[in-house]
This record gives sequence, C-alpha cells and structure tokens, in this order.
Amino acid sequence: MTMKDIPHDGPPRTDPIQSATFSNPVNAEIRRAAATGIYDIRGGGAKRRVPHFDDLLFLGASVSRYPLEGYRERCDTNVTLGTRFAKKPIELDIPITIAGMSFGALSGPAKEALGRGASAAGTSTTTGDGGMTPEERGHSTKLVYQYLPSRYGMNPDDLRKADAIEVVVGQGAKPGGGGMLLGQKISDRVAEMRNLPKGIDQRSACRHPDWTGPDDLEIKILELREITAWEKPIYVKVGGTRPYYDTALAVKAGADVVVLDGMQGGTAATQDVFIEHVGLPTLACIRPAVQALQDLGMHREVQLIVSGGIRTGADVAKAMALGADAVAIGTAALVAIGDNDPKWEEEYRKLGSTTGAYDDWHEGQDPAGITTQDPQLEARLDPVDAGRHLRNYLNVMTLEAQTIARACGHNNLRNLEPEDLCALTIEAAAMARVPLAGTDWYPGKAGF
Amino acid sequence: MQTYDLESGDLRCLNASLHAQAEATNQTAWEVVNPRGSHAIAVGLDAPIEVNVKGSTGYYCAGMNKQATVHIHGSAGPGVAENMMSGTVIVDGDASQYAGATGNGGTLVIKGNASSRCGISMKGIDIVVHGDVGHMSAFMAQSGNLVVCGDAGDALGDSIYEARLFVRGSVKSLGADCVEKEMRPEHIELLRDLLARGGCDAKPEEFKRYGSARQLYNFKIDNAY
Repeated sequence: MTMKDIPHDGPPRTDPIQSATFSNPVNAEIRRAAATGIYDIRGGGAKRRVPHFDDLLFLGASVSRYPLEGYRERCDTNVTLGTRFAKKPIELDIPITIAGMSFGALSGPAKEALGRGASAAGTSTTTGDGGMTPEERGHSTKLVYQYLPSRYGMNPDDLRKADAIEVVVGQGAKPGGGGMLLGQKISDRVAEMRNLPKGIDQRSACRHPDWTGPDDLEIKILELREITAWEKPIYVKVGGTRPYYDTALAVKAGADVVVLDGMQGGTAATQDVFIEHVGLPTLACIRPAVQALQDLGMHREVQLIVSGGIRTGADVAKAMALGADAVAIGTAALVAIGDNDPKWEEEYRKLGSTTGAYDDWHEGQDPAGITTQDPQLEARLDPVDAGRHLRNYLNVMTLEAQTIARACGHNNLRNLEPEDLCALTIEAAAMARVPLAGTDWYPGKAGF
Repeated sequence: MQTYDLESGDLRCLNASLHAQAEATNQTAWEVVNPRGSHAIAVGLDAPIEVNVKGSTGYYCAGMNKQATVHIHGSAGPGVAENMMSGTVIVDGDASQYAGATGNGGTLVIKGNASSRCGISMKGIDIVVHGDVGHMSAFMAQSGNLVVCGDAGDALGDSIYEARLFVRGSVKSLGADCVEKEMRPEHIELLRDLLARGGCDAKPEEFKRYGSARQLYNFKIDNAY
C-alpha cells in the first residue's frame, strides 16, 4: 500500500519519494556517526557492487576449439611458486592458497583448521600480523610467513621455519592503511606474542619501519634472502591501487612472487569508509599487473597470485585466464569453516546483525568461534571438522576450475587465456580487456 | 682470527660462513675487511662469535642478530641491528636511519650520532647513543630502553608504548602521548647499567626520563581532535 492508496479527503497527493542519495541506510549511518562520534569499524572487504568475475563468461569450445573430456582427461592444477631466485620453490597441488590472517584476529582453532584444510588439499596457508604460532606451523605443510610493518612476533628462527616469506606492503581492503586489533581481542597470549600490554587497542603501522620505496625494498629482500640462505621464495603483497607500477617495482626489487589483493579482499578490522572507498576492484588489477610482467619479460617467471573476492572454481579459472598463476582466498575460507553460518542466526541478531552480514569481527564476539579470542566461543569450532570442510571446499573449487578448463580445451589450468573469455558489461570488458559478449570490441582497444 | 675480504669474496659466502658457526665453535673471532658500504653484512647470526667489520657498512648490518657481537669500525647505514634478538652491536661512527628498528633484545651502542627513527618500534632492545638522535626516534616504541647522551630531534617517542627513553640533552619536541616522567631510584640504577654497557661515562643523574602517558592505549573520540 502506498500513501496514494490510503483513503483521505481532498485532492490526490504526491507519493513520498525516498532519496537515492540520502537513502535510509545512509541516513542511519549519519545518525549513528552523530550519536557516537566514531567512524564505523568492521571486518571483511568491500560490500558494494563492483565489476567482478561474475561479469565475465567463458566461451567454451566450438568448431575452432577442441574440448577435453570433462571427467577423464588430464587437466593439471599444480603450480610452483618462487622459481626466480629461491633455492626451494613451493610446489602446490592446486593454485588456490589461503591468504594471510593473523592469530589474534582469528582464534587458535580457526588457524589450525585453515592449516589442516590447506594441507589436506595440497596448498599453503599464511600467517598474519602477530607472528607464527607453533600450532599453525605444525598443521601447515606449506606455510608462508608474513613480514609486516608491525613486525609483531618477527624473529629469525620462525623466518627460517617458513616455506616462503611474504613482504606485505598493503592489502586490498585498506591499501595505505595499517591494522588494528581492539583491546577485546588482546588476550594474554596475543599480548605476549606482540610484546604489548594486555587489553590495549593495538595498532599496526601502515608502513615498514626500516625501508621506504622500491630501492630500499630491494635491499630488504636481499637481507631476508641472506638470513635464510636464499632458500625461501619471497613474495611481495600489494593492495590493488597502481597494479602496473607496483608489480613492476616489486619485480625490480627482486620478488619471486607478486600477490595482488583487490578491494573485495577482507581485513580483520578497519574503517568502513576505507574498505568501501579506497583501492581497485580485483578485476581491474589483473591485466595491468600481467602487462607489467609481460613488459619486463617476467610473466610466469615471477608468479602472480590474485586475491579479493574469489569464491568459486569459476573465479579461479577467470583469474588464471587473465594471467594469474594462482589465487588466494580469505573470506571464502572463513565461510567454509563456519563464518556467518545460519545456525548462529539467533546470536547474530542479538549482536545487531544477521547471517551473511555479520562483520564485527574486531569485537571478538563471533558466535562461530572464528574471529574471537574468547575461550568459550572458540571452543565451538572443531578444527578437525572445520579443516575437513575447507579441504572439501578447496577440492570443489579445483574440480570446478578443471571443468571449465577442459571445456575450453586446456589440459592445465595455467593454459587458460583471455581469449577464452568475454564480458557481460562494458566496464568488465574495459577492466579485463576481453571483448564485450557478442562483439570483438572492448574499450581502449585500438581500431575503434 | 678468521679474516674475510669483501673485495675479493662475495657477501653470500661471508654470511654462509658466519651462519655455519655452531654454538661451541672455536672460530669465535672474525674480521671483515673492505666492507665498502655493502648491505646485509653479518645478518642473521646465531652463535657467540665476534665479528669486527673494518670500515663502514650499508643497510641492515647485523640484522636479526642473535648471540653475536658485531663491531662496526666505521659508520653504519640504515637499519643497523634491525630486529636484533640478542647479542651486542657496536658502531664506532654514526648510524643512519632506523638504527635498532623493531629490536627484540640485545644491546646496540652507537658512539656517534644516530639519524631519524632510531629505535622505531623497538620491542625490548637496549640502545645507547653517545651523540644525538634524529626526529621520530622511538616511534611506536613498545619496550626496551633508548639512552641518548646528546640531544633528541622532533617528535621523540611518538605513540610510544612501554619503552623507556633517557635523554641527557635537549628534546626538540615530544611526539603524541610521550611525556617526561619521574626519574626514580630504580631508573637511575637501570641507566647506570645501560651507560656502563654502552661504554659511556655520563652520569645517570644528568638524564631525564620520557615514556608513555598511556592516553592513546584505547580509542577515545577526543583523541581524534
């Protein structure tokens, strides 16, 4: 029923019109800000609709392309990371890795589950801000150790225990921003690992303390290689901002692997305004990064890992078709082990949220026991069962990607190529540099 | 005494040789000649050896040091003794930016001056600077001690946590949440030990102590203004 339908005396009235600019959610946020004086902090990545892999389609085989049998014919999924300089590159069975998430942001059982699931699927997991725990080292057959601006927990012994080192320059959810872990999650153990008083709101610096710029980064990478006898692959992770130049500079600095994280990539906590308004969609990052690698003659020699909004085997295949060597998942892995599960709906509502929307990961009250340090809540997560779920999910994604690759006629996921794709929107066509569906045109293509 | 010439030998061989020294090694005395400002000299050591570098070094000399004593007979480039865990690093000359950054333990002695961001994000290291330190020193310093026998530049101890800062000379300005604190007897005793370890004959009573006001430890809206 509209206002027009309500019986009244007098002439017809204009229907009330909600503003598209000042919508109810926008106004609610204005009122919240006015009442509290504090910006909204939350976890996760960009929630706004941005051009994404959903805006791309595979063309499949045709008269000019010969498909492979979907269930039988070989389609390899393995990938080797760190072939440029490292004496011991990482060999993964699947090109889907687990992105860096800290103990502190995540509970111990959650980290264990990620390690178990990734190991069972033949892939790597990654530490986060706060250092390496014995549990995650023990449960991860391949563990990437993040080298972050805060250097919380950083030490040469753990550096040498790692299978690879990831120098984190930025992340997609907040390129240019540091981290934060609010006091509710600074337990005794977290405080000890980070050498900070218990219960404080802990900040992680936004830039590294002992280097600035690509020339310094090159020397920093040299130092890390010398400490670890040139054994470990060294990744450089950047948020999606200037992917062409960041990739080129990371290569120049000596990276073995570039990790590129788009704005849909999650964070444990930062300002909502940062998440939604800084950085590029993942789709917009890949082709410029690949272009930089190709211009330098380094495509496939320096591997590219893409993250930010990867959910399905189709996303994996699309990222690889655009030139990535592998992908990383964070949010999707958390969902696989139980984050935002409908079985906790009643508790989400008590926290003022609902299934699928719960993002107050920084508050440490996660009903699923994943983004918390509360012993009672984290006991809800069975790391063995959760790890099994993650393994299953990774296997499904791999099978899905193989299905698509075979349909496009490829016997290796790495052989997927831009020519296998078309775009559903002009924006996606421009970003992915693949033709708009039904045409041979994309914005910026010469000759049009 | 083992002598390694960086003019004829390469960095990788030097560091590999130093890394190969076991806990009970007899080859405890090493000399590195012709460092010529090379980067990453003697990084990641983990044995009770003494390495004398005869000249000036580039970036990150003695980075992540454990147990070893590294003596630089010259000046040090950026990030000397960064993330040191234990042991001792001595710089006879001046040190560039980020000296002792994120250090977790051990002692860093700089007999000249230190540039900006000395002791940035320090996590337990003790740093004794005979001369001055530059701006933003002890930024986000978490724990440990920074002793400055000369003057400190702008924004000393900005966003400091629980580290203790002792300055004998002037402080151009204090950073956010860094305040002067009372010098109690236990601090005099602590400083006396630090000065002795740093080979400095200054008197503890001549210093002022600075540390965190602890007003930024939890977010308050008024801190934003």
